Amino acid sequence: MNWRLSDEALTALAETVTSGSNGLVTSAAVAFGELSVTASADRIVDLLTWLRDDPELQFHQLMDVCGADYPARPLRFDVVYHLLSMTKNRRIRVTVQTDEDTAVPSVVGVFPGAEWFEREAFDMYGVFFSGHPDLRRLLTDYGFHGHPLRKDFPMTGYVEVRYDDELKRVVYEPVKSVEFRNWDFLSPWEGADYAKPGHALPGDEKAE
Amino acid sequence: MTIEHDIARDAGSNVAPSTEETPVRKFSINFGPQHPAAHGVLRLILELDGELVERVDPHIGLLHRGTEKLIEARPYTQNTPYFDRLDYVAPMNQEHAFVMAIERLMGLEVPMRGQLIRVLYSEIGRILNHLLNVTTQAMDVGALTPICWGFEEREKLYVFYERASGARMHANFFRPGGVRQDLPDALIDDIETWCGTFLKQLDDIDGLVTPNRIFKQRNVDIGVVSKQEALEWGFTGVMLRGAGVAWDLRRNQPYECYDELEFDIPLGVNSDCYDRYLCRMEEMRQSVRIMRQCIDRLRKTPGLVLTPDHKVSPPRRGEMKRSMEALIHHFKLFSEGFHVPAGEVYAAVEAPKGEFGVYLVSDGTNKPYRCKIRAPSFAHLSAMDWMNRGHMLADVSAILGSLDIVFGEIDR
Repeated sequence: MNWRLSDEALTALAETVTSGSNGLVTSAAVAFGELSVTASADRIVDLLTWLRDDPELQFHQLMDVCGADYPARPLRFDVVYHLLSMTKNRRIRVTVQTDEDTAVPSVVGVFPGAEWFEREAFDMYGVFFSGHPDLRRLLTDYGFHGHPLRKDFPMTGYVEVRYDDELKRVVYEPVKSVEFRNWDFLSPWEGADYAKPGHALPGDEKAE
Repeated sequence: MTIEHDIARDAGSNVAPSTEETPVRKFSINFGPQHPAAHGVLRLILELDGELVERVDPHIGLLHRGTEKLIEARPYTQNTPYFDRLDYVAPMNQEHAFVMAIERLMGLEVPMRGQLIRVLYSEIGRILNHLLNVTTQAMDVGALTPICWGFEEREKLYVFYERASGARMHANFFRPGGVRQDLPDALIDDIETWCGTFLKQLDDIDGLVTPNRIFKQRNVDIGVVSKQEALEWGFTGVMLRGAGVAWDLRRNQPYECYDELEFDIPLGVNSDCYDRYLCRMEEMRQSVRIMRQCIDRLRKTPGLVLTPDHKVSPPRRGEMKRSMEALIHHFKLFSEGFHVPAGEVYAAVEAPKGEFGVYLVSDGTNKPYRCKIRAPSFAHLSAMDWMNRGHMLADVSAILGSLDIVFGEIDR
């Protein structure tokens, strides 16, 4: 495992990235042997271009772009970029935040391979990418509504399809199957709300 | 449809054939979703100028099952089976990336024997995948025999899967902290015997396909990818090594005990479909080499295959019948599961198709908050458009074959 950088070396790399980026990187953290940095969404193109072209860093490959949903935040979506430098044998993760209406500049101009990854993030989360050459849905059905990986999208979806033998075509209908059973696995002793002060079990108010 | 229509109209008219060249209208055709050379459910909209491909628009998602959404609703251990169903040609390699992500978050160590079994089965997975790919690619360009020979060997490998895990395909064998159970000695002996006979069988396939004139005509200088393009488009695995870039996660970012094993990494020179085929053939031989080393070391390394920490790995059945503590552990693991510390990791393995990565976000509960699956075929298929431009219609299936795609992991 000697290729893996020690935490000290990663912290030093985080310093280099933060100080060398001219304020493009807003924060950097090292955790689980990986370097993650955050940036502001509107300058992501500058940042990735710099990460790619800087001779000290050489992050030539974009491995992955994906979204993540945190509905409690005002800027609910994360867009996460995973970069790899084959020459320096390092990885870095860049995270930017956005909401439902603000578009993130597309990085297709920097890494053409980002095209489908951004289409997928748009399809799954409804994150817009400005300047993307062809921002269509990718994985969901033709004429699909909604963004399935959002936390507020139900597991069963809204419509189900079947072949109708009388109409001789596939028909779409509202979901009739039983609701997805989402078990509450958390035990009351570990983090469930009713174990915390202020969230008493029913009947607890009588004791007060 | 368009072609037949044109032919019918031409046949119906009694105009004498003119000596002038008739202008060819551009038309678009639908390739798939049920085309045998589409390797699953791929729908390609091809825009053709005569027989030249001008634009390719892949429509994917016909196999989209929402794996990432389903994973967010289940405890960690119940999610490993979903990874078998991604690249169903080499199931255990996918599980490997997922359990590695969990291990990284929890700081688990895998016992040496567990690592060896993992490497052994990952290499079996690589052979399973490459056998399928090279033989179906041969079939896509017209050869029918190799697939029969290759599938005979794949059948034997599925039996090894079954003897280890109980399932021929969807193994669910890798666990956080090791593998489900130890291999019986007889199985290790049988795998060793297979290694010898397989190399002979592989030589036969090699002799049949590699020098074949038609196979060469259909694959040499087709689908050329330059080094620069391969890097820009996020290619990994054979697609990248075929372009001459020496990058293999087993060597460059070794996981498990790959750094203690000896193997070579074949590189392509011309970066065409034929070179990628040659790389895959050589990788199978190297995989056999790795398997033999693993077998040697397995015989010398007795011990645990799964971490003994029962907060993560379930106790054995016999133990459960005697010990109250083991019973509680078992109950907790199979109802609530274990909690994973909050944080985010990206774990990648060299799957047969390229870098298979799992980006796992944990919020400290027993279920993943977000699990993004980075599938190698996804990046490769996105390059279909420019790779096919200027090629003939018949080359589309040759290029598609050499991309080595499986829709389980593209559509997820």
